Amino acid sequence: MMTTTAVSEAPDPEIQSDQSAKSKGSGGKLGRYIIIRLLLILPTVFILVSMVFLLMHLIGDPITAALGGRLPPDQLAERIHAAGYDRPIFIQYFEYLGQLFTGNFGTTLTTNQQISQIVFEKGAATLELAFYALIVAFIVGIPLGMLAAYLRDRWPDAMLRVVAILFYATPVFFAGLLLKLVFSVWLKVLPVNGRASPRTELNLQFLDHPTNIYLIDALRTGNPADFGDVLAHAILPGLALGLLTAGIFLRLVRLNVIGTLGQDYVDAARSRGVREFRLVRKHAYKPALVPIITVIGLQIALLLGGAILTETTFEWKGLGFTLVEFIKARDFVAVQGIVVFLAVVVAVTNFVVDIIAALIDPRVRY
Amino acid sequence: MTTSSIAKPTIWSRLPLLRELKQSVGWQRGMLVAGLVIIAIFLLTAAFAQGLAPFGYSQLSDENGVFGAQLPPGGRHLLGTTVGGYDVLSRVIWGAQTAVLVIVIAVALSVFAGVILGLVSGYFGGWLDRVLVVVADAVYAFPSLLLAIVMSIVISGGRSGLFTGLMAAAISITVVFIPQYFRVIRSETVRMKSEAFVESAKVIGASNARVMFRHVLRNSTRTLPLILTLNASEAILTLAGLGFLGFGIEPTAAAEWGFDLNKSISDVAAGIWWTSIFPGTAIVLVVLGITLVGESLNDLADPRLRTRHRALASGAGVSDVDELEEDL
Repeated sequence: MMTTTAVSEAPDPEIQSDQSAKSKGSGGKLGRYIIIRLLLILPTVFILVSMVFLLMHLIGDPITAALGGRLPPDQLAERIHAAGYDRPIFIQYFEYLGQLFTGNFGTTLTTNQQISQIVFEKGAATLELAFYALIVAFIVGIPLGMLAAYLRDRWPDAMLRVVAILFYATPVFFAGLLLKLVFSVWLKVLPVNGRASPRTELNLQFLDHPTNIYLIDALRTGNPADFGDVLAHAILPGLALGLLTAGIFLRLVRLNVIGTLGQDYVDAARSRGVREFRLVRKHAYKPALVPIITVIGLQIALLLGGAILTETTFEWKGLGFTLVEFIKARDFVAVQGIVVFLAVVVAVTNFVVDIIAALIDPRVRY
Repeated sequence: MTTSSIAKPTIWSRLPLLRELKQSVGWQRGMLVAGLVIIAIFLLTAAFAQGLAPFGYSQLSDENGVFGAQLPPGGRHLLGTTVGGYDVLSRVIWGAQTAVLVIVIAVALSVFAGVILGLVSGYFGGWLDRVLVVVADAVYAFPSLLLAIVMSIVISGGRSGLFTGLMAAAISITVVFIPQYFRVIRSETVRMKSEAFVESAKVIGASNARVMFRHVLRNSTRTLPLILTLNASEAILTLAGLGFLGFGIEPTAAAEWGFDLNKSISDVAAGIWWTSIFPGTAIVLVVLGITLVGESLNDLADPRLRTRHRALASGAGVSDVDELEEDL
């Protein structure tokens, strides 16, 4: 009785929703799915933008927040008026929305830079960090997760689970500090901070149209020393952020592979004499991928949060590091711009991940 | 054994953890016991911080004079002193108290708000439900640390004393967690609403409030303890993250592990390890303990609960898919 309910509830809700969609007579058309998903991003982004705007304006106007106490009141009032912050909030809100539509995120108060410019430059650094972290997470998390599923309920599985929990339980900045302590300070094999040594950074700056993704830029200089230097700087931050994500991947892969291992077709394959290892590797792994990919989409948000902390730990001058600097300077126009940009990034990433899931599994469509 | 946990689906029958302990075998029991022991030590440390800590959390000197900054472990300062001249051991111990306070406030507030919203949204449905679901999904998709940062800027302007600091951290974390409780309770409520016993309660004339709280809510809370443990560990990590970014509680107001780790960044480069390793280990241990208990509960819970939990984890954006189905 219990087991039948368990089995009937086992397919994930995406599949169930698909079945109900089929009963309404709409087949699995990928194009339709993409369009609907795309339309669903809009309310998400709109809500997040509105929320951030309203929250950031609850604390008063940005100019008082940034410069209050440092300017005489009449000058302050003048600047507030010039920037239009004394107008009704809904007018400011619609103006801000209009600006966003044209890709204008505003200008920072403290450094008077275009926020879109900052986002473009620093975003590349964060993207690079996230890329390293994902590589570590995939290399460590997925094979170990499959191993744990293969050896489930035996001692290696128990150990791997504790390892996964440890990865998750260690705050990314503490992991970063530990790695620094061991590899940079005690063993002195890797650099402590930053994205590259000053000399390499200088070399990279002489490139035409730098991408700000140092790995690519270093390749373009054609100087192996630069490339090695960039890689050496990437190892510790990539590990710190990657291991956190690897712990989550490990748990996820283990759970989902064990789940698919209980399915009838796997039992059928087992009864035909397929080896258990092959069952994990070939039969159970692929169907388990869909929920894994969906959750990876959610992890992007976690990865961005972790990136903020990792960048602060390693002085990795990306978007998160910049965000924290602006918060400390109380430049809330810049903070708002960066946060809104990150919200858009998260929404778009989730969209892309959903499309990939639909490509892999035709059942996940409307 | 699974039927017995179905017979008593309330939170309270789970809290003693005794049945789970009896159910468990082998290394699974080991994980559960280890987790419980860590949590017990954590709670006791928090409760008796006053007696355990050799010094106050903001104490810089005693009768023998000023402590001095960055003293290595040993002598009067078992774990050394920080760059600010505080005793590391004392701040680690007092930090437990701050962590417990923030977790309790954050989890209580988010359970309360999330359950009420989820119940109302799922029970009444309609446009309110749609709006809440879209908002909750949007918030859920947002990087939680970023949201907590924005909230703490709003609440405290980024700098704070003990009470405002605690509340700012707790409320920032609360806002992050509300959507999770909301989602779970709402989907359970939607399921329960069509059950025969709810129908019959309505037929005999029970009020909406009575049906909601007595019939629906009591049958919708089975997944709560699991999410609760998950959230408690996430709350610690978020608090530490906020503290690490400088949104912590001022060192004179309370001890906070994340804040201390932030102050230790420059120490690390100079090879001073004791200011970071001890508060960091404290965070790891507490999160480890809570997560071990959560994982064990997850394994030991009945199979239905287990599959539902997994479906929840894998169903990103499920509710907006449902939402769309209704629209089509």
